[in-house]
Amino acid sequence: MRFLFKTDYEDDIKLFPHSGYYVSYGILLAFLLIAPFVLSSYLVSQLVFVCIYATVGVGLMILTGFTGQASLGHAAFLAIGAYTAAYLQQYNVPFPVYFLAGGLLTGVVGALVGFPALRLTGIYLVIATISFAFIVEEVLARWESVTHGNEGMRVKTLSLFGQAVPQNGPTFYYLCLAVLVLTIVGTLNLLRSPTGRAFVAIRDSETAARSMGVNVSLYKVKSFAISAGITGLAGVLFAHKLSFISPEMFTLQLSIEFIIVILIGGTFSLHGAVLGAIFLVMIDPFLTYLKDDMPGIIAGLAATFGADSITANKIHANAAAIASANGLKGAIYGVIIVLFVLFEPLGLYGRWLKIKLFFQLFPLYKRATFKRQKIYVKSERNR
Amino acid sequence: MSYFRAENLSLHFGGLKAVDSVSFAVEKGEILSIIGPNGAGKSSIFNLISRIYPPTSGKIFFEDQDITEQPAYEIAGLGIARTFQNIELFENATMLSNLLVGRHRHSSTQLWQELLFLPSVRAGEKVHRRRVEQVIEFLDLEAYRDKLISGLPYGVRKVIELARALCSEPKLILLDEPSSGLNVEETEDMSFWIRDMKSELGITVLMVEHDMTLVNRVSDRVIALNYGRVLAMGSPSEVQRHPDVVAAYLGA
Repeated sequence: MRFLFKTDYEDDIKLFPHSGYYVSYGILLAFLLIAPFVLSSYLVSQLVFVCIYATVGVGLMILTGFTGQASLGHAAFLAIGAYTAAYLQQYNVPFPVYFLAGGLLTGVVGALVGFPALRLTGIYLVIATISFAFIVEEVLARWESVTHGNEGMRVKTLSLFGQAVPQNGPTFYYLCLAVLVLTIVGTLNLLRSPTGRAFVAIRDSETAARSMGVNVSLYKVKSFAISAGITGLAGVLFAHKLSFISPEMFTLQLSIEFIIVILIGGTFSLHGAVLGAIFLVMIDPFLTYLKDDMPGIIAGLAATFGADSITANKIHANAAAIASANGLKGAIYGVIIVLFVLFEPLGLYGRWLKIKLFFQLFPLYKRATFKRQKIYVKSERNR
Repeated sequence: MSYFRAENLSLHFGGLKAVDSVSFAVEKGEILSIIGPNGAGKSSIFNLISRIYPPTSGKIFFEDQDITEQPAYEIAGLGIARTFQNIELFENATMLSNLLVGRHRHSSTQLWQELLFLPSVRAGEKVHRRRVEQVIEFLDLEAYRDKLISGLPYGVRKVIELARALCSEPKLILLDEPSSGLNVEETEDMSFWIRDMKSELGITVLMVEHDMTLVNRVSDRVIALNYGRVLAMGSPSEVQRHPDVVAAYLGA
């Protein structure tokens, strides 16, 4: 086990507390950089989705994880970023300009959503953000002169400095990775400076934050704007990755997927956003597997345990019907959220920290270390 | 002109007069205690000063400036810090980041500078940290720097809340029952710290307190309240002997 001996205030400011971090993150970065050359194009494409979802996750983490304001409207922010890109692209605006414009416009919309959200907390805020997402979905479907309504919009291949960057090529992957890394670094910088601490203060006690001189309303709006802006940037990349966008892609289910990203990953650390994104991207192949192979396997098992061929066929048909039922994805999402909230509220990253501590303390780990204690609810008098 | 002044301050909840035209003044550098039975309106006065409630009527002056209409977050900017009766710390953060939030009113960096963590932000962080370390030393909190608040015992949290208020370098500090939930030794420490705050840091103290030993030991003056009205004002012994105060406490 490593003991840190701090000799300078710098030791508490720097991003990597000790040299071990340079090694592990260096190896990770090296792997990510050579990934397009060693992995199949399918896996690289999945990695691009991980990068985009993780970027949204970081944005949502700022708002929900660190400022404590829940949002089920982030699909709408993603849509605004994506449509800004598709719209400006028609006028041959270069990529860097509409990339930043997408982020900026979404940030402004985020701030506007933040204002009515000032008076709302908890479930009411969630309802307000859902309504906002529905409004945006409707606007996208009806405002045909700009968005082409339900027909959707084609997104042309990205061109950067005169070079075409196809959405399946390695350059696009590097672009998404760079956006993710820069977002994470920017967010970490924010979290170690006064603004980030003000966010956390608002999350834990608005009254105390206010009495320490934090302008709670201003910082909530700031948090909404930053969160939305990052999501807008991800939206531009999302539009390019899919090369076609339409209103029905930005539904409530997508917002719930973003919530899953941070909830499954762990809402207290940015690691959670990345882990959650990996988890979410892996659900789809899992569902395909379920649909294609599971009925056969179950029927095979039944046959091995002595079911006759008619029963086995029946089991096969039933299993296939369940696996291809409508809304199975939503049901699985629901089950996952419930299980995580019940058994691992700190998410995958929390689990990782526990495993790490187990090995650090190896023979001395106590089973009760992470036993959850009863938390007495604070008085809500002064909220 | 007094340093801090409340004039005919009232707070009514419907027919209930929690604070009923209370007037008092605090001189620079003194320790003024407010005592009174439960429900006398002591904490309400604090919540009026820190603008958690808007007063029904009356005015509050600080350094000859009317602060009755200031928004709550600017009160700290003027140099008035406070602690809470039922500790309001940021539970899921370390003690260090709790104390650094106390420095918020002194931070002047812009959002874009912070996103890039420019050298100016880094330098600012070090200045904040140095100030925080001074407070940590003053209140003997060295052992808890990287501890999460949620894992700390009540007595320590109480001191950390005081530390967070001190980190904002206030001119006037409002202490809401600083000794509640502390044992005898901790209360004794608290009384030393309160006196040191006055003598070493030059902070004016306004406190609400039930523990009369602590009140007698540190206060320059005492105000007794009951049913939102001032019963008596004066030195600790004068107030304790005042017939109305005796009646309020003993029901005679």
